[in-house]
Amino acid sequence: MPETSQARKRLLRVKLNGRWREDAVAENQLLVDYLRDCARLTGVKTGCDGGECGACTVLLDGVAVPSCIMLAVRCEGRSVETIEGLARQGNLNRLQRAFHEKLGTQCGFCTPGMILAAEALLRRIPKPSDVEIRAALSGNLCRCTGYVKIIESVKAAAEMSS
Amino acid sequence: MTAGANGNRASRRAGIPLIDGIEKVTGRARYTADLDQGEALVARIFRSPCSHGEIIRLNVSKACALDGVMAVVTGDDCPHTYGVLPVAMNEYPLARGRVRYRGEPVAAVAATDEQTAERALELIEFEVRELPAYYSSDEARAPGAVLLHENKPGNLEREVHHQFGDLVAGFAAADIVREEQIHCAEVNHAQIEPHACLADYDPLTGRLTVQSVSQVGYYLHLMLARCLEMDTSRIRVIKPFIGGGFGARVEVLNFEIITALLARRATGKVMMRLTREENFLTHRARPQTDIRLKLGMRRDGRITACECEVVQRGGAYAGYGIVTILYAGALLQGIYDIPAVKYDGYRVYANLPPCGAMRGHGSVDTRHAFECLLDRMARELGLDPFAVRRTNLLRTPTRTLNDLTVNSYGLAQCLDKVEQASRWHERIGKLPRGRGIGMACSHYVSGAAKPIHWTGEPHAVVNLRLDFDGGVTALTGAADIGQGSSTMVAIAVAETLGTALGRVRVVAGDSAVTPKDNGAYSSRITFMVGNAAIDAAKKLNAILSEAAARKLDARTEDVECIAETFRVGPQGQSTIPFSEVVKSMLAERGPVTVTGTFTCPPEAQGGKHRGGAVGSTMGFSYAAQVVEVCVDDATGLVTVENVWAALDCGCAINPLAVEGQIEGSVWMGMGQALSEETCHVEGLPLHASLLEYRVPTIAESPPIEVHIVESHDPNGPFGAKEASEGALAGFPPALVNAVANAIGIDLDELPVTPDRVMAALVERRRQARLATARGAPA
Repeated sequence: MPETSQARKRLLRVKLNGRWREDAVAENQLLVDYLRDCARLTGVKTGCDGGECGACTVLLDGVAVPSCIMLAVRCEGRSVETIEGLARQGNLNRLQRAFHEKLGTQCGFCTPGMILAAEALLRRIPKPSDVEIRAALSGNLCRCTGYVKIIESVKAAAEMSS
Repeated sequence: MTAGANGNRASRRAGIPLIDGIEKVTGRARYTADLDQGEALVARIFRSPCSHGEIIRLNVSKACALDGVMAVVTGDDCPHTYGVLPVAMNEYPLARGRVRYRGEPVAAVAATDEQTAERALELIEFEVRELPAYYSSDEARAPGAVLLHENKPGNLEREVHHQFGDLVAGFAAADIVREEQIHCAEVNHAQIEPHACLADYDPLTGRLTVQSVSQVGYYLHLMLARCLEMDTSRIRVIKPFIGGGFGARVEVLNFEIITALLARRATGKVMMRLTREENFLTHRARPQTDIRLKLGMRRDGRITACECEVVQRGGAYAGYGIVTILYAGALLQGIYDIPAVKYDGYRVYANLPPCGAMRGHGSVDTRHAFECLLDRMARELGLDPFAVRRTNLLRTPTRTLNDLTVNSYGLAQCLDKVEQASRWHERIGKLPRGRGIGMACSHYVSGAAKPIHWTGEPHAVVNLRLDFDGGVTALTGAADIGQGSSTMVAIAVAETLGTALGRVRVVAGDSAVTPKDNGAYSSRITFMVGNAAIDAAKKLNAILSEAAARKLDARTEDVECIAETFRVGPQGQSTIPFSEVVKSMLAERGPVTVTGTFTCPPEAQGGKHRGGAVGSTMGFSYAAQVVEVCVDDATGLVTVENVWAALDCGCAINPLAVEGQIEGSVWMGMGQALSEETCHVEGLPLHASLLEYRVPTIAESPPIEVHIVESHDPNGPFGAKEASEGALAGFPPALVNAVANAIGIDLDELPVTPDRVMAALVERRRQARLATARGAPA
């Protein structure tokens, strides 16, 4: 959905990848559009027409949510994390490292959302079982890997010290 | 895959993470939709609401007049058809005179924002005089049906009639002859990145730059020039990161040309992003296919003859259809030794989105039918499925009846691997009720040996640049769409030069910089581009070795580079670092660019019969797999518990990527086998979203144990062949054979959805009751 000219704008204060920022956003603007178009965080992907594929997954107060079916103004005063916020001081996050080394990514389009869904899981359950991994990532579609190396990557990341 | 399965890997090579993997895991990778910084106009397409009709009125004046609309284009703006095959370009980017499927592009707008563009679409006035529309092959082929294309009687895009060997003698020699009819639903690539295109036209210089999701930038370049009547030298096509393809983007797609038309009309930059629904409407995937297959078999399992009829519902336009219907017949061969083969193929026009190429192009549905029938006949004769396949193995090297060259053939080892890994003989026939195992084999080409655009040029070219920085830059037009082809090029170059992988940088897919390439299709890149990369690296190595020899005061042929050090003598008595040799070489002759090429020799380019080029290749990959299923006879739900897959890829240049490709292709076969299907009602797609089109989620995806077999093809780069497509076609038949093993029912339709399984179970109960009732009075 586009930002409409008629829609009223509101000041949105959000902690984005660890830093507070304020932007005037339309009340009907979707979080994915705010992140991509306003904050220029294009690691957030759009893969479907709304809530189908999980490519737009971000962390909202640490919980994985699809940003394409969430209004930006709902995030007032809350913390939003995208893939761009995971690598710190030139170091890949453990999931990023594992997905790279174990080929948990092929074309890479689902990867940011997949890694963030896995990040939310590992924060909740540091050593997840197969079943827990499958449940946590079941809203994220990948068309390349058959998920085999995604599961391996999440397990490998869980074995690395965070 | 498990660590244990890793241990089974035959390759001596290490797995290399993708050279562009860091960009992907950090979100830095820019895909087409990410390229616009907010300055591009937003494009939208007005699509036909009617399946078949003559356009009576198309009025875009109100749309043009809307504030914020910067360009509107219609069929009047492009009188040129586009397409892949020079003989079958019957499609306009925007409909002219007639629409032939619901969703066909009719007009397009570029506006300052999406909402204005959407409003402009609502202002377009469009009227058609409806014509009869056909949604099935039978309706379209019926006598008296209105023709979709006047020059195609019977609504047939192409008929193929091939016969090789003595069919009558073959069937006469058989102990049993059986025939089946198998139906496979239409499926879609469903790559996760939706289609997008960014076109920038500069009216001052008359230059057009297009960045798009294409798997073959070269085709797009040619078609942009044709449709926009521009000189190719004024066009630049750039490939950004691409979020999967699987064949969806092998053809030039209508929206790509439309975006360029809009950019020129608007004299600026235009971004087109298709919705997921529009991705399904653009389609170009595997057609609905009806197969009638007849096989003759001796009591020992030897196949004596094969007769196959294939009907593909191709959609409204030609696209790749001719190639698809030829592949379906050609690849009946090249995997088993069959003394006589007859093939009749019919590619039918219907009023639905056009089909095209999809992973395992043309081969998947016929392979499915073949492997199912093979299993059923083996069962009837009391033969083991593995044994019956071993009975029919090719003796290689050989040429098949239809003139396909087979130089390397690891199918026997593939069979051994999965037979052992699945503990087949311990388990077959001993599994509990509702559980079953099945197996099947498959194969695929390592690149079409005869390119579609036959220009006489080399089939692949790679340039290597070496300058003052000491970095080796590989320039290739080959499109890395996630399969890891750029990584393969880097490995081939570094290994041939004897340098570190990090010294090699790959620049891919920019027509202003990289040499022409035929693109990512038919699994051609590893074989062809890999060979070209090795050729280029050998040439660069020769130049460097000369410089090193002068510095080391040795003969050139005695110098070799290992681990970035040029050395002479068996113990490396005198050495000089790579960087020193580069400096010396630069001082002598300046920066260097070398060109490596690869061309498939004429004898590999297929038979002389009509259509004989399709299926021809330098080397086939071979695969065998075992699938274990659980069937719930209360709900009809089939669950895949385990998969064991072995693939002969000649040599795994990058075993990590090969595993990933095998896992991905096996799993994509699972989607087609279990749940994926695009249905239409009166031309309206029922499954045009990722919720309705059921791609398997991680929750229902099984472990896949991969085994790599290396048959070392004599012509492949380091002996390699393809690894991305060959395993797909084996999954659906292995699954159907496993379901038969589990519940004793042979299913003739794909996908094996719970409703189809339930219908078969109910029918069996009904038949059993009828039999009891009939038997009761006696």
